[in-house]
Amino acid sequence: MQQLLTTSLAGLTLGMVYAAFALALVLIWRSTRIVNFAQAPMAMITTYIALLIVDAGIPYWIGFVAALLSGLVLGAIIERVFIRPVEGKPEMNAIILTLGLFVVINAVAAIVFGSHYRSFPVPFGLRGFEVGDVTVALTGFDVFSICSVVVVMMLLLALFRYTDVGLKMRASAFNQEVSRMLGVKVTGMLTLGWALAAVVGSLSGLLIAGGDLVYPSYMDSVVVYGFVAAVLGGLDSPVGAVIGGLLLGLGLSVVSGYVGSELVPLAALSILIVVLLVRPSGLFSHATARRV
Amino acid sequence: MSRISSDSLKARLLRTPLRRNILGALIGLVIVIAVLESVGPFRQGQFATMAYLGIAVGGLTVLTGLNGQLSLGHGAFMAVGAYTTALIVHDAPKLLPLPVVMLLSMLATVVVGAVVGLAAARLHGPYIAGATLALAVAVPGIASFFGDTFGGEQGLSVAQPTVPAWFADAVYFLTAHDVSSSKYLAYLGWFGLIVTFVLLGNLSASRMGRTWRAVRDDAVAAEIAGINVGRARVTAFVVSAACAGLAGSVMVMVVRLAAPSGFTLTLSLSLLTAVVLGGLGSLVGALIGAALLTFLPQTITGLGLSVGLSDLQSAQLAPFAYGLTLVLVILLAPAGLVGTIRDAWHRRRSPDAPAIHHELHPKQETMQ
Repeated sequence: MQQLLTTSLAGLTLGMVYAAFALALVLIWRSTRIVNFAQAPMAMITTYIALLIVDAGIPYWIGFVAALLSGLVLGAIIERVFIRPVEGKPEMNAIILTLGLFVVINAVAAIVFGSHYRSFPVPFGLRGFEVGDVTVALTGFDVFSICSVVVVMMLLLALFRYTDVGLKMRASAFNQEVSRMLGVKVTGMLTLGWALAAVVGSLSGLLIAGGDLVYPSYMDSVVVYGFVAAVLGGLDSPVGAVIGGLLLGLGLSVVSGYVGSELVPLAALSILIVVLLVRPSGLFSHATARRV
Repeated sequence: MSRISSDSLKARLLRTPLRRNILGALIGLVIVIAVLESVGPFRQGQFATMAYLGIAVGGLTVLTGLNGQLSLGHGAFMAVGAYTTALIVHDAPKLLPLPVVMLLSMLATVVVGAVVGLAAARLHGPYIAGATLALAVAVPGIASFFGDTFGGEQGLSVAQPTVPAWFADAVYFLTAHDVSSSKYLAYLGWFGLIVTFVLLGNLSASRMGRTWRAVRDDAVAAEIAGINVGRARVTAFVVSAACAGLAGSVMVMVVRLAAPSGFTLTLSLSLLTAVVLGGLGSLVGALIGAALLTFLPQTITGLGLSVGLSDLQSAQLAPFAYGLTLVLVILLAPAGLVGTIRDAWHRRRSPDAPAIHHELHPKQETMQ
């Protein structure tokens, strides 16, 4: 019972983080029809920026905000410089390009920051709450992780639903040509979309790193889990991505707790294959099947 | 190809793709013997590395270039081939001749490739990429988890193969040189590569190759024309996986160790780099790509050391170069090295012809 509780709570926290990463992938997929495999190393870089700031003796929260802001800038730069030329080209070009960026950013980080493991600080305690004589395996940082992801989701929802910019971004994603004719600066909206996605990705990077070790490839498996979560939700649906992330987090946590952590990627692969074979459009997508 | 009958020897030799490929293979074989006999053991080891990388890259370029499926999981298929070889050689050394072990490893990879291919055939673009990425990340974990069978993180070591007497005699007869174990491996790898490339070249020029290209260019049109799209995709995937399995089998004998750390995502992505650099679908390009994967890291690491970077930093320069290559090729020359040169050549020959835009699809009908 205790182990089941521990496993589910760990899965819940992890699921929220995967949800954030999946959300970042979905944001980009909706606007540019590109799966950004470079999301993982981008989040890694911004986490390293936070780490440098904290290591210099500056408070955690300044590092936290700096990481998110640098994510915003990095996302915009990557879209402007690298992604713009392949937009509208065959999808394979964009996939290979983001993989190239994946390798480049990982290598640059290893050269600049070194490839050794560094521990990342947490702003809250890493001890579980005590209820009576039972220690619940939910730490302060876990609560913070869950809350911050929920807050970011609410903010995104508000942005897309209630603001002018959000409406323009949705319009650009829905139909570029018509939006352009109606006076929306579509290219700017795409850049903004990538920038926002990079912020959400950075958040997940910071949350994965908290209280754990950071090294240049620490996000590599997260991109797989994020992708599986996004596909689980249908790649097109932000709500689906969040639910997909939670389901995946719980599922993988069970595998990790009861079978073995080495088989977690295999479990993710199996889930992905089953979903793609049984329901390729994802559990929550309302997109119609595309034949061509 | 022109069907005008000509009695000249050249025309007759080059008449069918099979003859062209076999002729190319014979020339290649002569070059291989000449090169391997004239270099020392260290270079022989490097050429053996180039051989197995070439086999894997050749298989991947057929899948990606001819059939339009992107696999980021070929490192995982190499792992399947490598572990199969390691298990056979570890448990029963010298029971089976190495070529038989290599074939068995290919068979094991074919089985795994068929399963993954069946799933991948129903997917497209980013979905295949994501699924094969997951495969590349997942497979090393299996080897770690079942440590009793696969040796865990330490992996399985493989003894140096003994050179069969008949082979040593044959080489001595031809070149008057003795055959060391590393030279034998280099020969084995290059024979494997030549046979693989001849088969791939023929397959590409055959009905099956045309089917693959038709599916790549327009799956719906191909289906209307009566092609079983799913089957074409699965066969392409299986053929490609078999090549990776063979490559893994050679690899494990060269490095003499099958361990999870040898089959990371980096391996899969570097194979992709070689494919993209060479030009999708070009076997010559695959060979160039494999040569760069083999010889570039050492040069570039040396370069890094000479400008004052540490060992660890310099070791990262090779992946940096791979990634940069992927980015630059996509942005500047999407047809890859061979495709870009071929385009320039065609433009020079007929300046009036409109430039061919490849968009990563090679136009050539057969592969050399």
